[in-house]
Amino acid sequence: MTTGRTGGAAQEPLVSAVGFLCMAALVWWLARNTLDNLDRQGIALGFGFLGRPAGFALDDTLLAFEPAHSYARAILAGLLNTVAVAVLGCVLAGVLGFLLGALRLSDNPIVEALVRAYVELMRNTPLLLQLLFWSAVIHALPPVRAAAEPLPGVFLSNRGLVLPYPVPGAAPLWAGGLLLVLLLAGRRVLPARLVTPARLLAAAGFAAALALAPPEWRVPRLKGFNFVGGATVSPEFTALLAGLVLHHAAGVSEIVRGAVLGVPAGQWEAAQALGLTRARTLHLVVLPQALRAMVPLLASTALNLTKGSSLAVAIGFPDVVSVLGTIGSQTGQEIEVMALLAGLFLALNLATSSALNAYNARLLRRGER
Amino acid sequence: MPDRKPVSLRLLAPFAAALALIAGTAQAGPTLDAVKARSTVKCGVLNSPGGSAPDANGEWRGFNADFCRAIAAALFNDPRKVEFVATTRQQRFTAIQSGEVDVLIAGVTQTVTRALQLGLHFGPIVLHDGQGFLVPKALKVAKATELDGATVCTMPGTTTELNVTDFFRLNKISYKPVVAEEFREVLAAFTAGRCDVLTQDASALAITRSQLPKPDDYVLLPERISKEPIAPAVRFGDDQWQEIVNWTIWATIQAEEFGIARDTVDGFAGSPDPSVRRFLGIDPGIGEAIRLDPRWAYNIVKAVGNYGEIFERNYGKDSPLKFARGPNELVQRGGLIVSPPFR
Amino acid sequence: MTAVRLAHLGGGRAWLRRCVGTPLNAALTAAALGLLALALPPLLRWAVLDAVWSGPPSACRGAAGACWAFIAAKLRFILVGLYPPAAAWRAVAAAGLLGGLVLLSAHPRLWRPWLLGAWAAGLAATLWLLGGGGGLEPVASRLWGGLPLTLLLTAGGLVAGFPLGVALALARRSRRRTPRLLATVVIETVRGLPLIVILYVASLVFPLMLPGGISVDKLLRAGAGMTLFAAAYIAEAVRAALQAVPRGQAEAALSLGLRPTLVLLLVVLPQGLKMAIPSLVTIAIGFFQDTSLVAVIGVFDLLNTTRAATLDSEWLGFHDEAYSFVAAVYFVVCAAASHYGLWLERRLNPERRR
Repeated sequence: MTTGRTGGAAQEPLVSAVGFLCMAALVWWLARNTLDNLDRQGIALGFGFLGRPAGFALDDTLLAFEPAHSYARAILAGLLNTVAVAVLGCVLAGVLGFLLGALRLSDNPIVEALVRAYVELMRNTPLLLQLLFWSAVIHALPPVRAAAEPLPGVFLSNRGLVLPYPVPGAAPLWAGGLLLVLLLAGRRVLPARLVTPARLLAAAGFAAALALAPPEWRVPRLKGFNFVGGATVSPEFTALLAGLVLHHAAGVSEIVRGAVLGVPAGQWEAAQALGLTRARTLHLVVLPQALRAMVPLLASTALNLTKGSSLAVAIGFPDVVSVLGTIGSQTGQEIEVMALLAGLFLALNLATSSALNAYNARLLRRGER
Repeated sequence: MPDRKPVSLRLLAPFAAALALIAGTAQAGPTLDAVKARSTVKCGVLNSPGGSAPDANGEWRGFNADFCRAIAAALFNDPRKVEFVATTRQQRFTAIQSGEVDVLIAGVTQTVTRALQLGLHFGPIVLHDGQGFLVPKALKVAKATELDGATVCTMPGTTTELNVTDFFRLNKISYKPVVAEEFREVLAAFTAGRCDVLTQDASALAITRSQLPKPDDYVLLPERISKEPIAPAVRFGDDQWQEIVNWTIWATIQAEEFGIARDTVDGFAGSPDPSVRRFLGIDPGIGEAIRLDPRWAYNIVKAVGNYGEIFERNYGKDSPLKFARGPNELVQRGGLIVSPPFR
Repeated sequence: MTAVRLAHLGGGRAWLRRCVGTPLNAALTAAALGLLALALPPLLRWAVLDAVWSGPPSACRGAAGACWAFIAAKLRFILVGLYPPAAAWRAVAAAGLLGGLVLLSAHPRLWRPWLLGAWAAGLAATLWLLGGGGGLEPVASRLWGGLPLTLLLTAGGLVAGFPLGVALALARRSRRRTPRLLATVVIETVRGLPLIVILYVASLVFPLMLPGGISVDKLLRAGAGMTLFAAAYIAEAVRAALQAVPRGQAEAALSLGLRPTLVLLLVVLPQGLKMAIPSLVTIAIGFFQDTSLVAVIGVFDLLNTTRAATLDSEWLGFHDEAYSFVAAVYFVVCAAASHYGLWLERRLNPERRR
């Protein structure tokens, strides 16, 4: 924490104490009024309501949710949705952003201009407008009874994208596949003695069995009012994800471009003088340096994307903000609901930023070696 | 309103006064004094079909809006002295709790939870409604229990949302909810086919249907899955103000019971009936008890008409909707609408 | 432009070589041209050739192109919302006044103390034009909407948020623990929350925090929430800039015998604020876009009036036209502002020009 000398010397202890007292008085006054107001109207504060059955339904949640479930579970379902959108959004925006950044760095003027136009469009219009636009575009798709079938078994309508999905013959096969992934990814994390060739072979065997076992496909078909069977990607989720990804990918591409251009030209020249090709210079010299400059900016993009997912409330996707908003108006416990909302977001923010800080620290350490 | 500020709060009075100055809309004491001081009633309304909606000139029209005007007529002998405050479904209860509005006439269903947990006091029921389902005819649905698996459009945070959930659970059938904050958005989703069913209070659905480009392509299912007694709401703890709201609404009902209408009210000036004379303030007495003009009931009827006229104008035979009175008929004619005696 | 890219600049032939020089570049060029060929003609047909420029809703039904007639019919509603039609000129004048103030403030040569006075007077005049009184018919704030409201929220939030943000930045750099802690908590909380949550608190919880009987206008509450939001981000930009002021500056001033308060006010703050200007412009652009979120609490800003226009039962379903139009408005303002920001940065920090 910087404690520059600016202002510091001017601060008399008395001034500080008075300031603190004023602040405390203000907080106390607001709290007092609130309690008075609630008391006068017979509203009881407390989180007891969280255990009561919610009585409303939510669609499109990762965590199965029934009206008989509690408000607490509804909040958890909303939170999971927010986290899912945030994680998926960050990954996709990162990938698309790097791609666009690379295209902007290409010396091809047509491509560069096209990408620049895209970035300008995304950065100079409000995110909410973009979300409303995507939502409107998806709602303009054909109705469910006239659904388009771009691929056999895949249906596209204004109720979303319905896909067939495979159900494996036996659950252990999934577990085996998971183990393989864990072992492969874990070689660098787990102690080497845990990752023996025999175990790797066994895992590979599991994976092969999984691949060979004929999966049972759940194929969607129109029955009654909707498609049944198959997995549905809802329009609201798609609009939210598409909007967030397309918007923030533009920002990521700018960060990538800025970071790469920020690498001193001498580095390029030196590498090329050594006979490295342009691609190898980029890969071996420039990108590692640029990456270090990018991470803090990418971290703040990730946090912005997470916060931006709260705009779900405007397009009807049940994220944690809209679920808590509904609970607020159903129960009238607005104060508790808002406190929960603020607390959850601050925690989510803290988690994201500490994860990224840890990564950044690792990156810096590696750079120092 | 009990005035029990602790001493320490008084110390902060200058601070509060400064803040009130910033706010610019300080009120003093009970609601009636505040209303009289500013010469308008702040009436919380919701943009909903039939209930209240601004017309092309921005004037609020509709059943609920007329009751707002009735209160203004009772207080100021001028139905225009209403400040309509548009609220959202999420904000309407905060608006009444915090004093942003004096009375909430926004199609609020009277329920025990709202009365006991939200600190609302409900006035007399102005409309007996029930929740229904609107579906496209092409779906060939005849009754609501055939809606298994349907996608249902509704608005979050309403009794509508809870009732539809209960209905489907009770009948052991499933549905998918699609929600949007505003009715117009829900309607747009419904007409685009994002959902199969639109659920709302039946009165709103009938109006909605009549406003669709092809009303005959849609059918209102016969079931009413809930009772929706619509009542005005005031803040808990201001009995005087609550009585004024109550008796204003009862005055419109009493006027209909007497057969007094907007056009005929002047003809009753020479009425020999002592209860009519008392009601219209020809023989003074009632108004003073609630600190109103002795002719307050006359002013109400002159301004907005009696209950029957308000109903017929907005929902019934004088409207494009042609609703039957049904339960909203006077008790003496077999309905549920009744006023306590004015004596 | 970096040296790397400058090396590739050349005449028309070089340009062509950069497009098709390598197989990868040729493929990229082909893909880009293909994309343009695929997208531009239908877009042009939709937006211009097949578009319906005037007429009633029936003229648009079945038209293949855009229905600009919808924008024409709804233009007043989109731009000024529910503002009484008879007084619409006042809303337009208010928007013009705020726009004029922004333009007036653009050139550093005009950054004189009187400009602060001009802003104060301008904001007061805007409020007077919109709200009436003093000779003008009063118009309740719930009827304000559209472009003037968006501009007012932006200007008001930034003007009020700036001193608060500077104060927060100074408090956070203070040597005393209490102000530092308070400022850190305020800044980090506000920055950690989505704007929607702040607006919800301002519209749903704040009214309950006032003593019974006092109510604050909904728009003012939204404005207060926006101001706090702006202040937190301004505070961080100012703090970063203050950190970049060389320590020697303050030390030199102190050694001349200047009192610490004066050192801060006369030496450190002016240099820091100057350095903060580019990031403040970026914040202002983002803030202008973020005002659109007030729609969520039922305030009719420019984006919300546009959305409401698309839900008119007479003109149902012209989202593309409405959103294209309002996107163009936002785009013009923001793109102009961000180019201005770049120009300003070069002008203020000529040594950093490459």
